Amino acid sequence: MNEWFNHTFPNVVYQGWTGDTGWWTAITQTIFMTYWAAIFGGVLGLIFGFGLVVTAKGGIAQNKVIYWCLDKIVSIFRAVPFIILLAVIAPFTKAVAGTQIGTTAALVPLSLGVFPFYARQVQVALSEVDDGIVEAAQASGATFWDIVFGVYLLEGRAELIRVSTVTLISLIGLTAMAGAIGAGGLGNMAIAYGYNRFANDVTLIATLLVLVFVLLVQVVGDFLAKHYSHK
Amino acid sequence: MTKPFISFQNVSVAFQQKKRTIQAVQNVSLDIDQGDIFGIVGYSGAGKSTLVRTLNLLQVPTSGKITVNGQTLFEKKDQNARPQQISAKELRLKRQKIGMIFQHFNLQNERTVFDNVLFALNHAKLKQKEKEAKVHELLELVDLTDRAKQYPSQLSGGQKQRVAIARALANDPEILISDEATSALDPKTTKQILQLLKRLNQEYGLTIVLITHEMDAVKEIANKVAVMQNGQVLEEGSTLAIFTHPQEKLTQEFIETATNEDEAIATISQSPAITALGAGQRFVRLAYSGNNTNEPLITSLYKKYEVQANILYGNVEILQGSEVGALLVVLSGDQDKQAAALANLKEQGVTVTILKEGK
Repeated sequence: MNEWFNHTFPNVVYQGWTGDTGWWTAITQTIFMTYWAAIFGGVLGLIFGFGLVVTAKGGIAQNKVIYWCLDKIVSIFRAVPFIILLAVIAPFTKAVAGTQIGTTAALVPLSLGVFPFYARQVQVALSEVDDGIVEAAQASGATFWDIVFGVYLLEGRAELIRVSTVTLISLIGLTAMAGAIGAGGLGNMAIAYGYNRFANDVTLIATLLVLVFVLLVQVVGDFLAKHYSHK
Repeated sequence: MTKPFISFQNVSVAFQQKKRTIQAVQNVSLDIDQGDIFGIVGYSGAGKSTLVRTLNLLQVPTSGKITVNGQTLFEKKDQNARPQQISAKELRLKRQKIGMIFQHFNLQNERTVFDNVLFALNHAKLKQKEKEAKVHELLELVDLTDRAKQYPSQLSGGQKQRVAIARALANDPEILISDEATSALDPKTTKQILQLLKRLNQEYGLTIVLITHEMDAVKEIANKVAVMQNGQVLEEGSTLAIFTHPQEKLTQEFIETATNEDEAIATISQSPAITALGAGQRFVRLAYSGNNTNEPLITSLYKKYEVQANILYGNVEILQGSEVGALLVVLSGDQDKQAAALANLKEQGVTVTILKEGK
């Protein structure tokens, strides 16, 4: 078995497990980037998503100006292709992270790249909360924060989990591109050590590992969404 | 004269749609007394929901004045005047005292029955233990104690509406707005909900504003009615007066839907007794209400005038303790005596409508 593996995937074995170019290193880099970008981008996306819903026409804190601003910011960031975003915001990245290359530096563009996507998804998820339920809460004298946390967040929970799953999967996709600014990870492994060196076996295994990640996220997300839905 | 408990004065609501302005409510003035069950009927789009939603300012009027229990919630003399509105905090407190139930119940799907009611108590000045006791009390009132831990999706429509009622009552409101609350329910459940509302009205003195397109519901529990069309109140009065002496055509239409009488007339008109109505016979509708029902109507026709009355259809209802009835009869006998008999009936306050004369 071992011998067969060494024979079929010689370049995979050559990369090693630890060390700068090792598989374990690539895996942890991907997890690191996904995890932190999900937190930063997630919080930002939630704030923007909620902001869009409550300030929209007919929302509980209707406000044309704020809505317009939030909407445009989200649209603009969504319009910039991620690979270009990486380059464009490099000075900002340097200001925030102290460097513009490496795994930690990649968190800045990753967070900014994923948040508008997530904000839109959150907006859609929360729009599905029945207006009647919100109205019933208002009629019973609920405050703004009662409605945000007690109604929108709770009633939209299952849908929020679903869109978070989708976002997380697309974020894993973005981390693959972050290799372009030296962030490492499985995407970088597939391209830099696989494709560019004609080591197709490395590309194949890196792809499989990414697929395992995606599948895992999907399964857990589906389970949680179902668990938290009482509709 | 005491001041009305709830008062709408010249309330108008307009919606701006692109370049069109839609007048949903036009200059409506309406007074509702404490302890009333005030029915507001009208077809969908008549503006009844919009009007009543101004009561808790879920809908802000374009102009007009709204007072509840002496407190002015909103006042704007005309379209260009500055609106005067109670503060957001006062409004929240006021809303706690105005419960509301809806056609589609509007319960939170992700909260249990218990938590749905508990959420309404979020700002009550009670300790957690007291809040929980209160929820139990309310669930007992609507007879749903055994469902406390279930989610709304596990309940029937009637049960959901009862949870909604418990939620609406959480802060001991003075007013309950029922916005088409029985329209999505079957007739039997509708009756149960209406009886529950009536009980709340009688036992707790709760003032109820009942919006509906079902005259049946009004007939069942309301003591006063207003009929709305195109954003205006066409007619208002006690349920008894409206049912017995409707002035407007629309009101009559609504009443007919509640009694099914025109259906009966249609069916009977096709029967041989009417199609082959003999010479000197008359097909007549007699409508009566209140006191004159104590007189044995049909018997007196025969005794005094020797006019025979063959009853083909009869409908008697008790509205606010008064009898209201309608009979469809075929009269036969001497022409002069029939005329005298009908004149006498009219004198007694019976509404006589001749539907067909025999040839």
